[in-house]
Amino acid sequence: MANLAVKANKLVKWFGEGEAKTYAVRDVSFEACFGEMLYIEGPSGSGKTTLLSIISGILRPNSGTVIVDDEDIWSLTGDQIADFRLNKVGFVFQDYHLFPKLTTVENAAIPLILKKVDWNESLDIAMKYLEIVGIKDRAQLPPVKLSGGEQQRVAIARAIASSPDILIFDEPTASLDGETGRRIVEFVKKEILNEKRCIIIVTHDSRIFEYADRIMKMADGRITGITKGGVCEE
Amino acid sequence: MKGILKIAYKLLVNDKGKFAALLVGITFAVFLMVMMTSMFAGILHRASATVVNIGAKVWVMDPAVNTPANSIPMPDYVLDAVRSINGVKYAVPLYSGAGLAKLQNGVYQAVTVIGLDDATLFGRPDLLQGNIEDIYAENSFIVVRDSEYPKLGKPQLGTEFEINDHKGVIVGIAQVSVGSLFGTPTLYTTYNRAIQYIPSMRFTISYIIVEPKSITAVPYIKQQIRSLGYEALTKDEFIRKISTYYKYQTGLGMNVLLMTIISFIVGLSISGQTFYTFILENLEKFGALKAIGAKGSELIYMILFQATFTALTGYGMGIGLAAVIITLAKLRLPSYAAMITFTNLGFAFVMVLIIAAISSYIGVRKVIRIEPFDIFRG
Repeated sequence: MANLAVKANKLVKWFGEGEAKTYAVRDVSFEACFGEMLYIEGPSGSGKTTLLSIISGILRPNSGTVIVDDEDIWSLTGDQIADFRLNKVGFVFQDYHLFPKLTTVENAAIPLILKKVDWNESLDIAMKYLEIVGIKDRAQLPPVKLSGGEQQRVAIARAIASSPDILIFDEPTASLDGETGRRIVEFVKKEILNEKRCIIIVTHDSRIFEYADRIMKMADGRITGITKGGVCEE
Repeated sequence: MKGILKIAYKLLVNDKGKFAALLVGITFAVFLMVMMTSMFAGILHRASATVVNIGAKVWVMDPAVNTPANSIPMPDYVLDAVRSINGVKYAVPLYSGAGLAKLQNGVYQAVTVIGLDDATLFGRPDLLQGNIEDIYAENSFIVVRDSEYPKLGKPQLGTEFEINDHKGVIVGIAQVSVGSLFGTPTLYTTYNRAIQYIPSMRFTISYIIVEPKSITAVPYIKQQIRSLGYEALTKDEFIRKISTYYKYQTGLGMNVLLMTIISFIVGLSISGQTFYTFILENLEKFGALKAIGAKGSELIYMILFQATFTALTGYGMGIGLAAVIITLAKLRLPSYAAMITFTNLGFAFVMVLIIAAISSYIGVRKVIRIEPFDIFRG
């Protein structure tokens, strides 16, 4: 299935042992496709961030598989998983996690620098992505001088700088006002999403649901239904 | 790797407050360590001043002698016995003792008197003024122009004074390569005049200085002298013995060692704590890097680079500061004994590397344990 970006199969993740054992993800299976913007929605503690971490190669599941490019990412070694994250996945963290001591363009260039692209070339490429997200004129400023929306855009530029197949957004609107949040997500849908890219967004912000191709609802570690769209289209 | 180290560099130096605190800690530690060890090195160097200035290859002395300042007189027959040893080219007596000079203004001043062999004047200093032959004239002394020279009222050729109730006349002004340790001016005269002017015990030879026929003869000479009940040491061995004495048989070495350890601990505390805080404050960022795809080894390189860069910068600044302070001190106080040696620099370098290693170890442990998942959880 060439259109399949991620195939998660029977994922289980728990934390703690004995009486303290808590299931965060219970027997979750789903597919995400290229060209779609998939939302994982649910209340706090429903396991959506844990699921996001598992499918992006950050948190090892207790059981189950995550197939990307016909390979179970959790069969890879530690360094191979790091390479997977670097080359295949772009992250936009809830708190952005920008480096305040680096300039905006240096922040956006980090994945390229980690990929050992020459420093100046990395900055040139990052500058193009800053232009795409519309903050090229802020390139030499430190992120702390930018507004919340602008910081979000820097985080997006950083996430897409290495041209990843899968983009992961964790609560992208949590730190933004409603209007800015909507504008950002609209921008992502219009400018960042394409047929070779899959965007997975964890959110419980219903104001941005209109931009989703599919919305997967989670509760108590389980997928309880698809509230928008159907199955992954091939 | 270059790019990620550049990120590490920018994260470090752009955090100006932390970077300054780290540099202050390491610079201060290096400065203190270098100052302490330099003072000790200077003291050791000056403690061997007589040995260096006389320049003899082999020194014969009583085995109980630890420093040139505390010689134990030997009987004359030892000199004859040494001269009769195969392999000895020549051997001459040397007197080293303390006298009391009374200056023209009535002030008394303790002096060190070196009595050179009358026949050869072996070990004579380089003269800046006067003729060496004048030392044979009546009551003649040569004064050394070193940091203690002003204590004799900066005497000129012909200046008269009293020494142990004998008349003395300055007939030469000399220079030596190493000044004395104990703050007393040095006067050179002939051996016979020295033992005549300075009250002494029955035996009068402080040292016998020996010129061997060849360097290969030295072990045999030493063995023969040992059989006489005395000790023969090469110049380097004698300097080492003096150094060992000051290091281990006086409180000096231990005090300097303690101060150096305290400096090390202060430096380690300041820089270790600051570096730890720096890592803690950037822990989330390291976690974000890990989540984006940085490998554990790359994060370790970043931390090691930051610690090493800070350590080496602080090391350079500490050395520079110590050099400036020592130079300024010597301009104001010519008798200031501190000297920076390669051993001191090497010692401080190793200490700084240990500080960097311990500081980065703490940081590495933290960063290795950070889970990218924690970044997601917020």
